[in-house]
Amino acid sequence: MTTVRYGSRLKRAVTFHVPLVLMVGATLFPFYWMVITSIRPDRELYNVQMNPFFTLHPTLKHFQDLFALTMFAHWAWNTLFIATVSTAISLSCGLLAGYALARLQFRWAAPLGTLIFVTYLVPPTLLFIPLGDVVKTFGIGDTPWAVILTYPTFLIPFCTWLLMGYFKTIPREIEECARIDGASRLQAMIRISFPLAVPGILSAGIFAFTLSWNEFLYALVFLSSPQQKTIPIGVFTELVRGDVFYWGPLMAGALLGSIPVALVYSFFVEHYVTALTGAVKG
Amino acid sequence: MADHPVEPFLAERRARAAVAAPVAVAVPEVRRPTWLGHLLEREHVLAGVLLAPTLIILAVFIAYPFLLGIWLAVSDKVVGRPGAFVGLENFRVNLNDAIFLRAFQNTFVYTFIATVLKLVLGMGAALLLNHHFRFKRIVRASMLLPWIVPTVLSTLAWQWMFDATFSVFNWMLMNVGLISTRILWLGDGVMAMGCLILVNVWRGMPFFAITLLAGLQTVNPDLHEAAEIDGANAWQRFWRVTLPLIKPIMLVVVLFSMIATFADFQLIYVLTRGGPYSSTHVFGTYAYEIAMRAAKLGQGASISLFLFPFLLVVIVLQLWYIRRND
Repeated sequence: MTTVRYGSRLKRAVTFHVPLVLMVGATLFPFYWMVITSIRPDRELYNVQMNPFFTLHPTLKHFQDLFALTMFAHWAWNTLFIATVSTAISLSCGLLAGYALARLQFRWAAPLGTLIFVTYLVPPTLLFIPLGDVVKTFGIGDTPWAVILTYPTFLIPFCTWLLMGYFKTIPREIEECARIDGASRLQAMIRISFPLAVPGILSAGIFAFTLSWNEFLYALVFLSSPQQKTIPIGVFTELVRGDVFYWGPLMAGALLGSIPVALVYSFFVEHYVTALTGAVKG
Repeated sequence: MADHPVEPFLAERRARAAVAAPVAVAVPEVRRPTWLGHLLEREHVLAGVLLAPTLIILAVFIAYPFLLGIWLAVSDKVVGRPGAFVGLENFRVNLNDAIFLRAFQNTFVYTFIATVLKLVLGMGAALLLNHHFRFKRIVRASMLLPWIVPTVLSTLAWQWMFDATFSVFNWMLMNVGLISTRILWLGDGVMAMGCLILVNVWRGMPFFAITLLAGLQTVNPDLHEAAEIDGANAWQRFWRVTLPLIKPIMLVVVLFSMIATFADFQLIYVLTRGGPYSSTHVFGTYAYEIAMRAAKLGQGASISLFLFPFLLVVIVLQLWYIRRND
């Protein structure tokens, strides 16, 4: 770690503490704004004379409205279901593919690795129009499967890439010992290598889960009826009517939609950071 | 295992492995392999089996839609009836469409300014976080929050903060006495683009900060000490020691972020919907507007396809870079 010596307390305050506080403040302010908006009553929200930074009359009315007027509970369940299943599919595929690319010697290993890396960089914006056609062809439009099957397009390349890197860090010798003792290749893979890759699997899984929880474009295009929507789509489309924004329930929904991912993240910060930095290093 | 030519190699490895990795391994009982087990002992067969699910999904949901997208872009397909081949007509229409040309320009302005700001601020944040201080873990964890939570939801909070009447920024500026009339943050194209860039920087900066921090932590502190003894000041040490060492990771982060920013959809669609008066569209939002709201799938696909040449350049750069490092 770099050691930095400062001439004086003042200098340290100016070059370190002030920027740090500003940075943290700017980072967190919008979240504070979500919270405070969601508990202020309407008569305060829409009154420009009132100080908007706090309230003396906190209320849960916006949360009650959110559940009474929209299908928020449905959306929450859909989001959880979709994120869990698409993460499971992508992890399984990514685990097998990552192992094959890192460990097995075959002619197409290098070009296939490159190919999967390239698909990792293809953004949904490029594909959503034709993909809408594909989804319709399969007859899965406006069902959870429309997104469960399309999210893996960006999750699998990521999982494969990350786990391939992880398998390369596990010494080959461990597996070879088991092979010498009579394990088949498949047994060595399942009983020796996969258990050793659990931290990598966890990292990839958490990252994939947050990505699918947050996805917007595919869900917006492929899901249309209110009871099929995910939280980001539902909050955005059902609480804005023309030019009218229901800011109280909107912010209540935004808060409730953010908390689960923030919680998952806070339990696994280190794994998440590993995935984030691993994802770009390759 | 008779068909395996690697026995002597394995024996040699075993000797090394015994030293290298003294790990207790549960030994599965030895069974005569079935024909299937026998087949899976061959590396290329096993590789094929393991890669099949991934390749099938990627072929059906990426490769095929990509080709379909190219076909749509040269067809006059609209929702509800099959399209016919029209050559480059859609592209000709695009290049004569003022909104499209504005979107074209916006995409590059948005990507360029946002990426530069994210890099500079992210580097600053990484340097700050590279110090020892109390609550460092909590600060680092909370830094990533804008990146973690659904962009749509945090962008809605920003939209509320930019509200024409109830903007908290206006409230603060008016109470401090800096302004006397409300600023319409999303009221004209230039201001709105500024707000979009601000929100994008807020959301994407943590990604730069955390990955660059990981890079900074690999820099050997001895190098800094040596430079300091030689009389280099903090600024020189940053430019001459730190920066060259973390340049590789910096480059990769910038390329990744450029792709994501260039192909952005949700942030712009939620905050301005391309407005006011279609002045803040980018490729992504305009393609959506044309394909989904005006139902012109062919025309929309041709707009999305404009993303492709730029993506290709970045992908080639990335691959070239990875190759070079291997």
